[in-house]
Amino acid sequence: MATVSDAPKASFRLSMLIYDTRYRSITIQIVVLMLFMAGAAWLVDNTVRNLAALGKDFSFAFLWNRAGYDINQMLVEYSNDSTHGRAMFIGLLNTLLVAFMSCVAATVLGVIIGVLRLSPNWIIGRLTTVYVEMFRNIPILLWILVAYAIFTEVLPAPNAFRGDNPTASMILFDSVALTNRYTAIPDPLFYRSLGNIDVGLFLISLDLLAIIAVITGSVLVNRKLLAHATAVQNATGVRPVTWWKSILILIVPLVVLLVALGFHAERPVLRGFNFTGGLDVSNSLMALWLGLTLYTAAFIAEIVRAGISAVSHGQTEAAFALGLRPNRTMSLVILPQALRVIVPPLISQYLNITKNSSLAIAVGYMDLRGTLGGITLNQTGRELEAVLLMMLIYLAISLLISAAMNVYNNSVKLKER
Amino acid sequence: MSDTHSETVAYVRETMLPQGAPPASEVGVIKWLRENLFSGVLNTILTVLGIAAVVWLVQAALPWFLHGVWNANSLTECRQIIAETWGEGAHGACWAVIRERWNQFLFGFYPSDLYWRPVLALALFFAAVAPVLFTEMPRKLLWGSAFYPAIAYILLWGGSLWVPISVMAGFGVGWLGLVAARRTGLPLLGPVAVLLLPLLWWLFLAGPAAEMLDRAIPLWVEEVRSDKFGGFVLSLTIGIAAIVLSLPLGIVLALGRRSDMLLVKALSVGFIEFIRGVPLITLLFTASLLLNYFLPPGTNFDIILRVIIMVTLFAAAYIAEVIRGGLAALPRGQYEAADSLGLDYWKAMQLIVLPQALKISIPGIVSTFIGLFKDTTLVIFVGLLDPLKGITDAVRAAIEWKGVYWEPFIFVGAIFFIFNFGMSRYSMYLERKLQRDHR
Repeated sequence: MATVSDAPKASFRLSMLIYDTRYRSITIQIVVLMLFMAGAAWLVDNTVRNLAALGKDFSFAFLWNRAGYDINQMLVEYSNDSTHGRAMFIGLLNTLLVAFMSCVAATVLGVIIGVLRLSPNWIIGRLTTVYVEMFRNIPILLWILVAYAIFTEVLPAPNAFRGDNPTASMILFDSVALTNRYTAIPDPLFYRSLGNIDVGLFLISLDLLAIIAVITGSVLVNRKLLAHATAVQNATGVRPVTWWKSILILIVPLVVLLVALGFHAERPVLRGFNFTGGLDVSNSLMALWLGLTLYTAAFIAEIVRAGISAVSHGQTEAAFALGLRPNRTMSLVILPQALRVIVPPLISQYLNITKNSSLAIAVGYMDLRGTLGGITLNQTGRELEAVLLMMLIYLAISLLISAAMNVYNNSVKLKER
Repeated sequence: MSDTHSETVAYVRETMLPQGAPPASEVGVIKWLRENLFSGVLNTILTVLGIAAVVWLVQAALPWFLHGVWNANSLTECRQIIAETWGEGAHGACWAVIRERWNQFLFGFYPSDLYWRPVLALALFFAAVAPVLFTEMPRKLLWGSAFYPAIAYILLWGGSLWVPISVMAGFGVGWLGLVAARRTGLPLLGPVAVLLLPLLWWLFLAGPAAEMLDRAIPLWVEEVRSDKFGGFVLSLTIGIAAIVLSLPLGIVLALGRRSDMLLVKALSVGFIEFIRGVPLITLLFTASLLLNYFLPPGTNFDIILRVIIMVTLFAAAYIAEVIRGGLAALPRGQYEAADSLGLDYWKAMQLIVLPQALKISIPGIVSTFIGLFKDTTLVIFVGLLDPLKGITDAVRAAIEWKGVYWEPFIFVGAIFFIFNFGMSRYSMYLERKLQRDHR
């Protein structure tokens, strides 16, 4: 047996900092840190000197000054006497509004197209392929501009709806009017409204809160009912019939509440040259929504298709061999596995929608970029603060969405033993 | 037993029947129709709906395309010609706008006598990437590719020849420094020389050197300022530059994100997540509004270069995430095998890990490139004339083409489609070509 002697103790030499793997990573990190600090210091120093040369300071006080401009599309109270901060808030709400609307519509359209693309039908397969390739390979800006051109150039003016023989007519049982200036839709109103509460930044409709509370309650009660049914099934082997109870629980309370509040939809009516009553949705919002939806639906369709094809056929066969009916196979075996593949990229598409909604600039929709990064920036001349704040807000939205994605990913992750 | 059939059973056929033709419903068009279009109630409904959709689309669009007019000087003239040829009330496309503004769509406001320069730059680009894309070509051609950026700069922007030469000289300075450091034999000097000397050259010496040489031997090419750029010249300039620059940066960021070094990893993650969390428009605004704040007072450099830098950073963050996926998909055994062969980090990455990881990431990388090329249209919002909105708005601003919407959109969209569809097909081809596992 050979005796193992200690390695010769070398005294520390400078070159070991870079050639000895024990020290090298520390050297590299220190160099990187120094470079990073130097770079950051250089940028900050430049900024400070540039600001001083221009006689500007770095402050967000402008957010509390009077904005002095109007916003054509808003969810909560705003007038040109409001502050720049409030204008920014309106813009943020508008960004979230169009992003949410597009996410919902793009998901519905994308799932339909993705499923149809898997169909064995030759014509449908080709049509959906053409759709997906066309929308994926052409810039989204073009689709937004095309949608805007359709809304502003092709649609009739409001006064085309006038007269005994109008050249244009309303759609969806005379409830929606598409015009070249705005889209008039019915306005949900309550005869016996509960009023609003002021939460500082904006008013919240108590009616809306009541509806949300009732729906949440119904869903919870329904879930309890289903849990009870499962317990009975586990104990006795027979599942009690629940479908009519579920329907009752989910629908009746909501209907009762709506009747009690006197819910009705006020339809837009043509008076003079314009529609009154109802809500006027600006065409910029409609065009942006349509463009984002059509474009993102193509991506979502591909995600859905990939997710469903990712579940191997053996899984279906195994489920059939166990005696599961086709719809139980779908809900218990295929969908859970497909969703695990589908949901992460789907959420990153939602993120893309939120970021792409900043293309509102092309159609003049007043989103966060239009208010804070547009008129406020130009009026106050505070480019640095406005752009930084805008980036931070977008970053916060993105991080929130990806945090939600991580929570989901962890919950559906393969539990390996 | 089969031998005794004829004795035991009253009648048994002893000769095979001649092969008959398959039933009509099982061959040819009918079988195909039954299987692909009418295999069930739902399928039949879908087929009918699909055919109805196609018919409706063709009915709505085909006459418009067929009635197109190619020779006219204004939209009103177009409409007149259509009305005369196809009768009152007929709709038709006015392709004449594309024909008349063709140069503007391609070159923007680039001086018309210099059109050959961007065209030559594009042709040389293909010559320069050929040795990179096709490994069968002689390796010496790569030296030509290395000088391509300087040549392209001179061709596109013009100006003093000495500017790109002195910038390229920075690399030469670094190389000379490395050789000199090797000569001295001091261990630390090599890497320091490679990093430091070019930086010092670019920061302090490149400008004065170019100026001095320019005064001594003036070599000038006619200058074209950035505001003359537009159309597809602009899109391709930004797109190609950002694609070429973002791939190496993305690889570095991906390696940084998977590094064991805490600080390197934290910086990479911070950078990637920040860039991916904000819309490109805010970064373009940073390029146009804020870079003046971040750079030393008095610096003012070209808006297209600033946009290229920002688009590069943007794409690099996305590419880094794609490549990180490729790195993670590689079995751990590959890393361990590289270690056990005694390869150091860079050798292991270069010879074993990256070739496989990049191969896995090809679809993702190409779709990032496609996204990048589509995003070059956003430069309109910092005042550059992209082909999609910048040029079409400029065309519509002329009184003779006021109100022409669809033709420019279709033309520009078709060109983008051809580029992007081509890229995605090439990536599929590459994926198949590089596939080594047996399926």
